[in-house]
Amino acid sequence: MKSQIALIAALSLPLLGGQNDTFLIRNATVHPVSSPQMDNASVLVVDGKIADVGSKIAVKGKIRIIEGKGLHVYPGIIDSGSPIGLSEIGSVRESVDTGELGDFNPQLRSIIAVNPASEHIPVVRANGITSVMVTPGGAGGGRGGSGGSLISGQVSLMHLDGWTWEEMEIRRGAAMQITWPAIASGGRFGDGDAPPAFAARRTTFAEAKRTQEQQVQKIREFFEEAKRYQLAKSSGAAGFKPDLKFEAMLPVLSGKMPLMVVAAREREIREAVQWAEREQVKIVLAGVRRAGKMTEELAKKNIPVILGSTFTTPLEEDDPYDEPFTLPGELAKAGVKIAFASFGTQFARNLPYEASQAVPFGLSYDEALKSVTLNAAQIWGVADQIGSIEKGKIADLIVTDGDPLEIRTQVKMMFIKGEPVDLESKHTRLYKKYLARP
Amino acid sequence: MRILTLTLMTASWLCAQNTIVIQNGTIHTVTKGTFQGSIVIRDGKIAEVAEKVMTPPGARIVDATGKHVMPGIIDAHTHIALDSINEGSVSVSSMVNVAEMLNPEQINIYRALAGGVTTANSLHGSANSIGGQNVLFKTRWGQNAEGLIFKGAKPSLKIALGENVKRSGNPQGGGFQQGAQQNLRYPGTRMGVEDVIRDAFTRASEYQKEWKEYDAKKARGENALPPKRDLQLDPLVEILEGRRLIHAHCYRSDEILMLMRIFDEFNIKGVTYQHVLEGYKVAKEIAARGDGASTFSDWWSYKVEAWDAIPYNAAIMHKKGVLVSLNSDDAGGAELMRRLNTEAAKVMKYGGLTEDEALAMITINPAKQMQIDKWVGSIEAGKDADIVIYDKNPLSMYAKVEKVFIDGKEYFDRDNDITERPRKEAEKKGLTEKEREIEKKSAPQTRRPS
Repeated sequence: MKSQIALIAALSLPLLGGQNDTFLIRNATVHPVSSPQMDNASVLVVDGKIADVGSKIAVKGKIRIIEGKGLHVYPGIIDSGSPIGLSEIGSVRESVDTGELGDFNPQLRSIIAVNPASEHIPVVRANGITSVMVTPGGAGGGRGGSGGSLISGQVSLMHLDGWTWEEMEIRRGAAMQITWPAIASGGRFGDGDAPPAFAARRTTFAEAKRTQEQQVQKIREFFEEAKRYQLAKSSGAAGFKPDLKFEAMLPVLSGKMPLMVVAAREREIREAVQWAEREQVKIVLAGVRRAGKMTEELAKKNIPVILGSTFTTPLEEDDPYDEPFTLPGELAKAGVKIAFASFGTQFARNLPYEASQAVPFGLSYDEALKSVTLNAAQIWGVADQIGSIEKGKIADLIVTDGDPLEIRTQVKMMFIKGEPVDLESKHTRLYKKYLARP
Repeated sequence: MRILTLTLMTASWLCAQNTIVIQNGTIHTVTKGTFQGSIVIRDGKIAEVAEKVMTPPGARIVDATGKHVMPGIIDAHTHIALDSINEGSVSVSSMVNVAEMLNPEQINIYRALAGGVTTANSLHGSANSIGGQNVLFKTRWGQNAEGLIFKGAKPSLKIALGENVKRSGNPQGGGFQQGAQQNLRYPGTRMGVEDVIRDAFTRASEYQKEWKEYDAKKARGENALPPKRDLQLDPLVEILEGRRLIHAHCYRSDEILMLMRIFDEFNIKGVTYQHVLEGYKVAKEIAARGDGASTFSDWWSYKVEAWDAIPYNAAIMHKKGVLVSLNSDDAGGAELMRRLNTEAAKVMKYGGLTEDEALAMITINPAKQMQIDKWVGSIEAGKDADIVIYDKNPLSMYAKVEKVFIDGKEYFDRDNDITERPRKEAEKKGLTEKEREIEKKSAPQTRRPS
């Protein structure tokens, strides 16, 4: 009875009272992702947190009502890797801050270089993306920075809204980005159809293998030194001096911070997995293109995979034409937890479609939706905060007129930490301006 | 009347082997609406499209129940199947033709085909102000270079403005992406680009005059020496005479306007602006000239001249009366060509265009731009039977191509592609083993790093 009265009170007082981050979305189709969709349901947000989800929600006092009839509510979409905020115009070095010099930079923190006023942020948000793993280096054939380092720095999980980067922070050191060395003996074109004049000088396989082995050795030595540092610090050894590089490695060594290991092919994946086991570090693979025989092992060992763009050509000339489209479904079917990353800025807004591109080629719809929401949150250890519409989580929500993985769907409203977010961008402003040109 | 019908029926029966009926699908004709119906294909051409058709006896039936049928996709701007793209060593390279470099065995042709592309316009690169001649072809996978060519189509020439031209002219440490040049080559500014193009058409006009005078003299029976043949200017004269089309790479509104004014000066028509990312700022001017625009769906921010690029570009230009198409610009591999159908869906998202308007941008509009719309670009009786069958609405992310017909011949079948994979895998394995054996036999010490 009590709840019924409250519900009636809520219904009769639209757009009244309360803080900005306290409101009720009602009569909508709610897609919690963690559980089946609910028709004619409501989401109650109090102080930026999801307070309740269901068909009948008790509301005390006055509250702002958002009518959701004909609309859908989804959790905000998560991009598991993008240099957004660090890279503005790809070809202008002055506007790009990814890819610091040096092999080992674990002390670098992407968060402190994120430009909260980047024009990319509102553009990406407009398609429903509310948070991003901001990578300090390029990754997995991504379109980002140079990514020449072995350890590029710390990946920060950030909200795509805030006056400062501090306000955008979800988790500062969400992962450590490391690139597993690959044997690179090919030219710069993947298809083997490079016009001779453009093809880079090809190194022999033996040369490339030697270089790769040297780089792997460097990684082993760096970790060895980091472990000695850890031991020296914990034992209070005489003459111990702090070192920022090794200090940054401590959460990795203690298993608190996962390594985001960029590894595209089976050989690198196998080496990285075996190495991580010996070092007893937690890893998440990124930019995977071909897991091959390692697929089952990844599933068995619970090693998640961040897929790069499905919008890419097959690795080899004689691969099936749909090879990048079938990979996500193959991994998911084998039991590997997958998420998607844009690994870039200019196409980051297409992240939801990277996932749906795999659906007609074998990935289930539910898994596709999870791979850009709940799976990502679980992989990055923040499933208690974001990734689904559940009681107690941060209210990162999008309200749409349909399936957010379909291109034609429009995102009508967005809330980050329960605050309404402007969906206008440089692009919508220019659109309005020039459409109105007499 | 009855006799006539009988004769027609007999005729259709006679060529029934060349007859295919795509039955009971959702037909997106693009130009004549979308409806539930069937298509009769005869001798490579669309013979009939209607809600109900008579199935000629002996015709091959393709059941399209629950499926979506649309015209083959036309990509107005790509670089696939070319072994060489840029002749950037000179500012005006109109004498070169990428058709000479058409490689019918390049896998990108098959991949584009598998994405529903049946006609592709492979262009010369954008390293110089006036580039080379382009090649228009159908993705008839398995045929030789000659067999790929789109016969009867007007030839075209590439023109390029802005950063790419400037960069390869005066690298200043930046270097043109595809083979940096050490030497400076005029032009290195947008001012210089304008000059090079005006100068070339000025020279072409003079050259054209010389030939006209010569022709006139000869017609009068006078003795005259022919002017010296100039292979660089010949294609430009064809443009002046409306016998060759232009595809002009451009980004910023100022340079687009500049180019339009050159075209006005020389009375040049038949232009399609390529990329044209700031076309939305001068849509009125483009529409006034009746030119076309072929753009990207949502590319931006990869260079300074793409900083004001917006995904609403296609929609604004369309709303202001410009004939707009969407293209892939695929160079390294056929990537976007495999999914131009969902690229088209972006004009529904950004600018609210209809399904037909979206599909037109990858079918009939590029066909009109390249003046091949009497043959391709829509499902209409009399046109080439270039047809794609999708399992779902092609503007959905969940659709995939099942079959592709070109000139009524089935060139792609997804089921067949999948069943063939193990055989191809085995063949590859055999070849690899053979190669290893040969390598073992050859003396390894003679092989040194190059």
